[in-house]
Amino acid sequence: MRFCRALLCVVALLAVPGVVAAQPQPSPDEFVPVTEVPPEEQIPAINLIGAAYGFVWIVVVGYVWSLGRRMQKAEADLAALERKAR
Amino acid sequence: MTRLNQIELAVAGTMLAASPWVIYAAPHEATMGLVYKIFFYHFPSAWIYLLGAIVAGVCSAVFLFGGNRNMDSWALAAAEMTVLFGAMTLVTGPLWARKAWGVFWVWDARLTSSLIVWMVFVAYLILRRFGGPGSDKLGAGMALFGLASVPFIFVSVNVWRTLHPQTSVIPTLPVSMGRPLWFCFTAMFLLFLALLSLRARLERQRGRIEELYLAEDEA
Repeated sequence: MRFCRALLCVVALLAVPGVVAAQPQPSPDEFVPVTEVPPEEQIPAINLIGAAYGFVWIVVVGYVWSLGRRMQKAEADLAALERKAR
Repeated sequence: MTRLNQIELAVAGTMLAASPWVIYAAPHEATMGLVYKIFFYHFPSAWIYLLGAIVAGVCSAVFLFGGNRNMDSWALAAAEMTVLFGAMTLVTGPLWARKAWGVFWVWDARLTSSLIVWMVFVAYLILRRFGGPGSDKLGAGMALFGLASVPFIFVSVNVWRTLHPQTSVIPTLPVSMGRPLWFCFTAMFLLFLALLSLRARLERQRGRIEELYLAEDEA
């Protein structure tokens, strides 16, 4: 019994450094700003503006083209059916 | 295409083509710098997105309760405009946010409700395309739901805490920023009017084609 208690004490003592090391580090008291943002985190504004304007233009041109095609088809179908109906 | 549609499309196209130069002349914003210039396309498309939802909802209500089939054509056209301008809003906004906020998207009330209403109108168009008989009335009900959500989108930035700027920003803009903004808004509004009218006309033509096919079958 005494041996077991001594063994428990040794194990507990040996475990102390591991437990201490596993504790989370205290957080700094205040915000620490980074002096240099890594290059992969920097996005040039012009790329975002180009993407936004480009998207709007592609959508507008694409929709106008699609609407024009649908209208041409409908007008052709309508003309053919009206010719047939006469 | 009517003469008015041609004029509207020509003026809107010319104004949109000239817009990069007008926007270039606008000063940079103090904290965001160059990237805020996305705003000149984002804001007009967002307002027209909401206007489209209002037109679709009101026309759907008139069709649903009054039985006016012509209004259904306008509702369908307006729903397509809502999806078109909504897509512009939902793409240009996150591109701006990536630089201004550091993230493309946050699940706040304004952004989430805008996305939900856009999806409602996408579902409306899918329903109208593949829903078969009766989809017009079911779709009209969906458009009413979209219409009811518009005031929620508008006031959400003032009621809930969010990264999105509040509605009080626009009236406080200096003239040098307001002028290009209303220039772009006018261009997009004219584009909206022309495309809405043309799309409604296409829908009326399709209705006429359907009538002729039915008459042919009966004969």
